Parts: sequence; C-alpha cells; structure tokens
Amino acid sequence: MQKIIIVGNGMVGYKFCEKLAAHPSRDQFEILVFGEEARPAYDRVHLSDYFSLKSDQPLLLAPRAWYEENNIQLRTSEMISEINSTSKLVLTHKGEAFHYDYLVLATGSSPFIPPMEGVSKPGVFIYRTIEDLEAIENYALKMKAEGKFKAAVLGGGLLGLEAANATKELGMETHVIEFAPRLMPRQLDQSASDLLKSKIEELGIKVHLGKNSKLITGKTSMTGIEFFNGECHTYDMLVISAGIRPRDELAVKAGLVTGSRGGVEVNNKMQTSDPAIYAIGEVALYNNGIYGLVAPGYEMATVALDQITGGNKLMSPSIDMSTKLKLVGTEVATFGDPFIEGEEVTAIRYENKQKGIYKRINITKDGSRLLGGILVGDASDYNSLFQLYLNAIKLPENVEDLILGARGGESGSFGSALDLPDSAQICSCESVSKGTICDALKSGACTNLKEVIKTTKASSCCGGCKPMVVDLVNETLKSMGQEVKETVCEHFHYSRQELYDLIKMNKIAGFDEVLDKHGNGHGCEICKPVMASIFASIFMETANRQVPIQDSNDRFLANIQRNGTYSVVPRVPGGEITPEKLVVLGKVAKKYDLYTKITGGQRIDLFGAQLHELPLIWNELIEAGFESGHAYGKSLRTVKSCVGSTWCRYGMHDSVSFAIRIEERYKGLRSPHKLKGGVSGCIRECAEARGKDFGIIAVEGGWNLYVCGNGGATPKHAVLLASQLDDETCIKYLDRFLMYYIRTAAPLMRTAPWLEKLDGGIAYLKQVVVDDSLGMGEELEREMEDLVSKYTCEWKEAIDNPEMMKRFKHFVNSDESDDQLVFVPMRDQKMPKPW
Amino acid sequence: MEELLKNYQTVQVQEVLNWVSVGNTVDFPENGGGCIKYKSKQVAVYYFKRTDSWYACQNLCPHKMEMVLSRGMIGDASGIPKVACPLHKKTFSLEDGGNLNGEEYRIATYPVKIEDGIVYIGFAD
Ligand code: SRM
Ligand SMILES: Cc1cc2nc3c(=O)[nH]c(=O)nc-3n(C[C@H](O)[C@H](O)[C@H](O)COP(=O)(O)OP(=O)(O)OC[C@H]3O[C@@H](n4cnc5c(N)ncnc54)[C@H](O)[C@@H]3O)c2cc1C
Ligand code: SF4
Ligand code: FES
Repeated sequence: MQKIIIVGNGMVGYKFCEKLAAHPSRDQFEILVFGEEARPAYDRVHLSDYFSLKSDQPLLLAPRAWYEENNIQLRTSEMISEINSTSKLVLTHKGEAFHYDYLVLATGSSPFIPPMEGVSKPGVFIYRTIEDLEAIENYALKMKAEGKFKAAVLGGGLLGLEAANATKELGMETHVIEFAPRLMPRQLDQSASDLLKSKIEELGIKVHLGKNSKLITGKTSMTGIEFFNGECHTYDMLVISAGIRPRDELAVKAGLVTGSRGGVEVNNKMQTSDPAIYAIGEVALYNNGIYGLVAPGYEMATVALDQITGGNKLMSPSIDMSTKLKLVGTEVATFGDPFIEGEEVTAIRYENKQKGIYKRINITKDGSRLLGGILVGDASDYNSLFQLYLNAIKLPENVEDLILGARGGESGSFGSALDLPDSAQICSCESVSKGTICDALKSGACTNLKEVIKTTKASSCCGGCKPMVVDLVNETLKSMGQEVKETVCEHFHYSRQELYDLIKMNKIAGFDEVLDKHGNGHGCEICKPVMASIFASIFMETANRQVPIQDSNDRFLANIQRNGTYSVVPRVPGGEITPEKLVVLGKVAKKYDLYTKITGGQRIDLFGAQLHELPLIWNELIEAGFESGHAYGKSLRTVKSCVGSTWCRYGMHDSVSFAIRIEERYKGLRSPHKLKGGVSGCIRECAEARGKDFGIIAVEGGWNLYVCGNGGATPKHAVLLASQLDDETCIKYLDRFLMYYIRTAAPLMRTAPWLEKLDGGIAYLKQVVVDDSLGMGEELEREMEDLVSKYTCEWKEAIDNPEMMKRFKHFVNSDESDDQLVFVPMRDQKMPKPW
Repeated sequence: MEELLKNYQTVQVQEVLNWVSVGNTVDFPENGGGCIKYKSKQVAVYYFKRTDSWYACQNLCPHKMEMVLSRGMIGDASGIPKVACPLHKKTFSLEDGGNLNGEEYRIATYPVKIEDGIVYIGFAD
C-alpha cells in the first residue's frame, strides 16, 4: 500500500480527497491529510455567507464523519512545517514526522499584504478564513458600540469588493480604496468599471480609485490611512485585500523550484521539481500563472490524482478564467479575453446607464467567432455566450443580437441547449460536459435534476451553470418523451395549481383524502403546509381544522422564537389603536413578563410566551376585543397606513380609514405566501405602500393601485395596475388580483416573483384584472366574497374549544412547564440566552 | 451543551430495562408529536396514523440545543419516517436518528410499545 499525504485541507485539497475516495484504485492507498485550520475544508467561495448563516455547518464541504467513513485520516489544527524530500518525510509543527510515497501540496494562498508601515496594528484585517470573518465582525461591533462607523477596504478586485459588501452589511460606512484607475482592473475595462462603480456607490459604498496608500496611522490601533499624494483619511478599521500570495514557504525551504513572484512550479502533470511531490490549487505555478479560482484548482486535483493512480491525464495548455459573480448585488461576468483588441478583432459594446447595464463582446473581424467579453449589471447571457466562446461555435448572422436580444424575428443566440456539441463544457468548476449530463439521463442512471446534480456534480460548486443544467435536463427529458413539471415534493407529482384544481373540483375534504387519491407516502413538511394553504384558500378553513398538516407555527397559532417560546401579535388594523387597548397590551405583557416591541408592521409584538401560556394570554386579549394578527401564517399580515387627510396637511384622502377597511376585509385570508398591503394619503408615500404586495396611494381623483412589491431580501417596488379608482373599484380590482394570485402562484412565491413569471407580465395582469380579458372577473370576485364572509378569528375558535386546547401543553404526561428555558436581562426587559 | 446531549443515548429494544408508561394513546396527537417527561429527560413521541406506528426521540434539537422537536412536523422521506425541527427545518430519521440533510447531527431514538391503549417508552435507566 502506498501512502499519500496531502498538505492543506482547503477547497482543492478536499476535491483531491473526494476524487480519490471514489476512485477504483482507492484501496491501494493510505491517505493522510493535514489542515492548519481548525475545521475540515469549507466552501471559501461562499465564505461571506457565514455572516448570515452564523454557523460553519452549511459551508463544510463534507462533515468530519465523511473522512472517517472513507477511511481518510484528517488531522486539523496541524501544520506541516518542513519537508524532507530525500527521506520522504514531513514534519508537523509539533515535531512529529510522517512518511509519504506521494506528497500533495494544496496549501493555497494567503492575502498579499503590501509592505507598508502599520499593517500589524489592531483594526487591520484580512479576508480569507472563517476566523478572519469572526474577527472582523467582532471588531465592527466594538467600533459601532463606540460610535465609530468607518471601514476601509484596500483593494478593488473581486475579493476586495466581496469584503466591502461584508463590512457594509455589518453596518459600517464602507470605503473601497484601489490603486488602479478602475475596479477589478484585471477583469474589467474602463466603461465596465465606471458602471460597476456607480452601482456600488448607489448602495452606499464609496469608491476611491487611483489611490496609492503610504502608511496606516494610529497609535494603539489603526485610525486612518495616509496616501502618497499627501491626503490623510480617518478610518476605524481596514480590511486588506490586495491580491494573493501563494503559500510556498514549505516548498522554498525544501528546495523545490518556485517562481520569482511565488508559487511552486509544476508541469502539466502537476508534478513539482521533485517527481514524488505534486502541487495543486492556488499554490501551484502553472504556465507562469497562479489561478485564484476554484475551477482550475479542481482540474489540477483531477490531473494530479490521475497521474498518481497511473493515468495519463494532462492539464489543459491554457487556463480559462471566465467567471460569473454577484458583487455587492451586481452581476459581473467575464469570459475569454475581455480586453483583446487589434486589427483582427471587433469589439461590440452596449451600454445603458439608466438601467445600469454594460455588455461587451469581442469577435473576430469576420464575425464568425467569439473571443471574449464583459457583462455588468445583467449577466443572464453569460452561459450561452460562454458556450459560444468555449466551443468556438460559429456565430449567427446578426452578432449584436447576442447582447441586445433579438429585435423581431428569430432569437439571437443559439436556440436550445441541446444544440451544443456533446463535448461542450457546461460546468467548469467540476468540468462536466453536456454529454455527461445528457447520458446520465439517457442511460437511466438519473431521472431528474436532483439526481443529475448528485451524480455528475454539475452546478454543485458555484452554481453559475445551474440555469444551463436545468435547461439541459428539461430538454433531454422532453426529448425522451417525459413531461417535466414543477411538482410540490416527492409525495405529490403535481404542481400547486393542479392540486388546487383537483381539490376544488373534486371537493376533496382533507389531507388524507388527497394523499390517498393523488399522492403517496405520509407527506412531509413541504407538502403538508402547501395543502393546508390550499384548503384554506378554497374553503376558508382555519388552522384549527386540520392541525397535523399545519406548518409548525400555524399549529400553535404563534411564531416560535429562538428558545422555543412564542410571540403574540394581535391584529391592529391599519396601525390605529386606542389608548385603552394599548393599556391592555401593556398589562398583559407585564403580567406574563413578555418582551415588548413595536414591529415593522405597525403593531405590537409580545415575545417569550411559553406554549401553555398562549391560551391564557389570548383569552385576555380576546376579552379586550383583540383578534389574531396571523403573524405566523402565510396569510394577510398588515395593511400599513399613514395618518392621511384627517390630520396631515398634505393628505388627499383618508388613508387610515381605507387601510382599516381593507385589512378588515382580507384578514384571515391565506395565500401561497404572506400578503402585505399599504395605503398612503398622498404621493409622499409615508406608508411605504409600494414596498408591499398591494399598495394604494391617494391621488387627485381617487386611488392609484400598485401591485406586486415587497421588501425583504430582494426588494421590489409595486407597479401600477390602475389609477384614479374610487373605493369600490379599488376593492373590486384587489379581489380579482388577489384571487388570481392565490389560484395560480407556486408555493411560497410572493406576488413579485409571481408577476415576474407570469407570461406577459403586468400588461397581461392588467388585461385580466382591469379589462377582464379572461371573462372570469366576476367569478374571482365571488370566490373572494365567499372566503372573506367566512372569516373567524382562529384564536377565539381555539380557546372556545377544550379539545383544541390540548395542543397547548409542554408535556403530555405532566403539568410542569419546560424547565430548560433560560432568559437573560436585556436593557429593561429580557431575552433568551444566546445560542 | 455537551452535558445536555449526553443525557440522550439511543436505546434499542433489547437494551430496555424499564418500560415507562407515559399516557393513553388518545392523549397524543394523530400524525403529530407530543412531549413527555421522564426523570431529567424530555422525549418526543409521534404517532403515524396511516401505518399505526409510534416513534420516540429526544425532544432536544442537536442543532441549537432547544427543546422543540416534539413540535416539529412529521412525514417521510423516501419511506423513512422523519421529523422536521420547527426552528430551522433540519430533518431527522425517526428510525435511526440520523440527519437526513447529510449533516453530522444525530438524535437518540427510543422504542415505543402500546399495550391496552397505554403508551410505553423503553429506557435503559
Ligand atoms: C416582528 C417583525 C420584526 C420587527 O420586530 O419589526 C418581523 C419578524 C419576522 N419576520 Fe419579518 N417581521 C416584521 C416585519 C417585516 C417587514 C416590514 C413590513 O411588513 O412592513 C418586512 C419587509 C416587507 C415585506 O415582507 O415585503 C419583513 C420581511 C420578512 C421576510 C422577507 C420576505 C420576502 O419576501 O423577502 C421574512 C422571511 C419569509 O417570510 O420568508 C420575514 C420573516 C419573519 C419571521 C417570521 C422570521 C421567523 O420565521 O421567525 C419573524 C418572526 C416574528 C415573530 O415571531 O413574530 N420577514 N418583515 C415584523 C412583524 C410585522 C408584523 O407586525 O407582523
Ligand atoms: C472571499 C472569497 C471569495 C471567493 N470567491 C470565489 C469565486 O466566486 N469563484 C472562484 O472560483 N473562486 C473564489 N475564491 C477563491 C477560492 O476560494 C480559491 O481559489 C480556493 O479556495 C483555492 O483552494 P486551495 O485549496 O488551493 O486553497 P485554500 O482553500 O486556501 O486551502 C488551503 C488550505 O491549506 C492550509 N495550509 C496552508 N499551509 C499549510 C501547512 N503548511 N500545513 C497544513 N495546512 C496548510 C490553509 O490553512 C488552508 O486551509 C474566493 C476566495 C475568497 C477568500
Ligand atoms: S425579525 Fe426579520 S429581519 Fe429581523 S432577524 Fe428575524 S427575520 Fe431577520
Ligand atoms: S434548532 Fe433544530 S434545526 Fe435549528
């Protein structure tokens, strides 16, 4: 048995292990991996997600157990400090020696720190590991607590912008400082950079180009940067992201050949100057280059493994550096040679400053081949352009259509993904070809997208090629005579709309009956709530009728909080509340010791109620005239209002009264996702109505009705559906719009993405709702009337029924309450003990 | 944290030393979960009506160490009975306690038997 030692358990080192674990000659090798970091390899490409995930688990490429199961010895928190190539030994920092037959260096790189004064001061960071992120977050919190908010990022390349987005998200005023006259100087031309800059600045990040920093100021910690032009700026923290430096220190010490600017030299077998030692990933210097992307690293891992196991795969002679990324919310993609110019080349550019789009393609003079290009603001053409470039496919007649879209006549780029040659590389991270993907289906090895991704690994890394893979899978299945559709989950091979129709037409009474007639298995946490929502939308049944299929929050008519307690949110229609009711809320909160907060939806949330307290609390609230606020359901939440013409000197109509009327009308209405509304008394829009699923704004002569907006992660302004409506017409249109949405949307799809998917978009929606082009206007109104007339407060219903009350007990066999709850003080109130 | 987890170890039927009666079958929800207390343990008990089968596991979700699993939704994944935690919807097999999202977390499971309408959970302590 031969022993392979891998130094470095990063993305590429892991890929080597993964390939080896699945290799037919796996059993001939003993594998030992050393990783200096504390955790097993994780997805550095999605490093920034760590801030929102708050856990390293989802980022791990494989859990520790995977290494065990595959008999790979993984030693984390252990660094190799020396290689003795004559006796084939490596030495750990603890002084232990290990023998190898093959050594694979996958030590990656570290951020390049420019040689300037002050870089080691507290407050200066790099951006490479989870620990770096934690340190940055902690420092930012500390700064903010001291009222300091300015963060600088040195470097306006890909990683710098990634870091800048992170400090911005942490609530810091962020400044990007770049030496070159443009952002991402290695990928973008001046126009692309200008556009990216203006988009980034719109989001509040400041960009300073052509700035040469001299030193970092500050005594005990950094306080600013001094530039060579004499300028001096204060910053409270700094993240350096000025390029990468291969970690070749081991190789240098061992006398392997390394490049003058760093990196371990390798041939096209990934062999270093010592044939028993291989180098892969960002530490390897191949063709005089270091490649700071995962795709080339993965190819290197594949080649090295193949060579060690006796194969003859060689590294491609030229490395493709095409990428598609989302930087600070802006799509940026480059492929081939983005800058190429000269006699033989024509560059076609399209720029739309208003929409924030820049596209450039470089083609041969004769217009036959694509050589490279840049896309900023809209990279939806990336996959097809990249395929045209990579496979040197002959370009269509009107080349400009490739970036402008076809203006009349046939479509611009190639028609269907199936037209690509079999050799076309679809996923460059995992080098998966079109042939591999199609064969996986044709051979019967896979039957759907999920299986294809699992088996071929296509789109399992950066996900950039996912749309292409989806297309290929769908097209291939179609060509095999199989219908492809969006089904709810493994238990129902129908879409939500089909299930809605089936249940409605056949008057199906409950979940068990749908499962018997149209599904299989027991159901799961995906299909049960979908079905609960459908039953509610057809029969207006409350969450009390079919308790087991309600999503876990609906089951207890409350939102679960981080420690397993619940929140209580009574409805406050339009945000209008009497002093008497405020007093009741205060009294109840005090009595049950609940944390109290005004929500973003103009009402009051009481947090920290235990399961058994919920009915007691609601009993008191209902007594005082409150009703459920459905804060837990996929249902109408709030209709926000501004004070309007009753008090406001600019108000045109009475927005509060109208908001209350609308909230009262649709309260309890369940829908594919939550629904929110707003009513503003004039175009100053203080109710933020256009950030809602439906927004109503007072104008001269009536109300303007806007639909399909939302806040949240992907904010969208609602768009105008109809203008100058009177109260009744406005409600009529709302009825039609909401009912049409409820009938046709996919599960958990809010109105904005629904509209995006609707063929014909807002123009079509106008036809349906306003012009009644489908002739179903009255039917939709009738259905809505029927639903809203059946409203009951489900909390009242639950409290009045002892059988229903059995749910609200922590233990079945004891009246005790949960003894594991721990609260800690929080200003003048309390909060759960942090995780 | 670790201490809390240690309190829960899977018990196989043959290891049961003590069948503890935890209530009548009718006290437990159909197609859902309820929580019972035994000494210092909180155990979630589920009844799958379609197959008339019962399962029990720790109430503690190993993800964030909260006592919540009994309040999760149940169902099956390719035929394996499972529960989804109400907090972040991580899913666990009720047969062997394994995590079904491919993560490291596991939960302890306990045998259940029904005699004369009474639910018994098997413990080894
Ligand atoms: C309490 C509140 C925050 C606050 O303290 O202000 C809140 C709290 C939660 N929001 Fe929110 N959102 C609250 C107003 C908002 C708003 C503002 C608004 O409604 O005007 C938004 C942006 C507007 C919008 O929805 O378009 C908002 C966008 C979200 C989103 C993102 C929705 C999206 O489509 O992108 C989620 C996640 C989701 O629903 O999938 C979310 C989910 C949640 C959940 C349910 C997360 C969870 O599963 O635990 C939180 C539970 C609260 C609880 O236990 O009661 N919350 N949330 C606000 C309750 C309003 C109310 O009175 O009902
Ligand atoms: C924020 C960020 C965003 C990125 N975004 C993208 C992207 O969108 N697309 C893309 O293609 N690429 C992206 N990258 C680059 C990508 O992450 C790297 O190309 C990839 O991680 C390189 O893999 P590697 O295994 O060579 O190095 P690494 O992942 O850095 O792994 C090397 C490992 O070796 C360890 N090590 C080093 N020396 C020793 C030693 N002596 N003993 C033991 N262990 C040692 C290190 O601690 C490290 O864990 C991004 C990188 C960052 C930081
Ligand atoms: S309340 Fe909303 S924004 Fe705040 S943490 Fe919860 S989900 Fe996120
Ligand atoms: S606490 Fe259970 S999934 Fe997070």
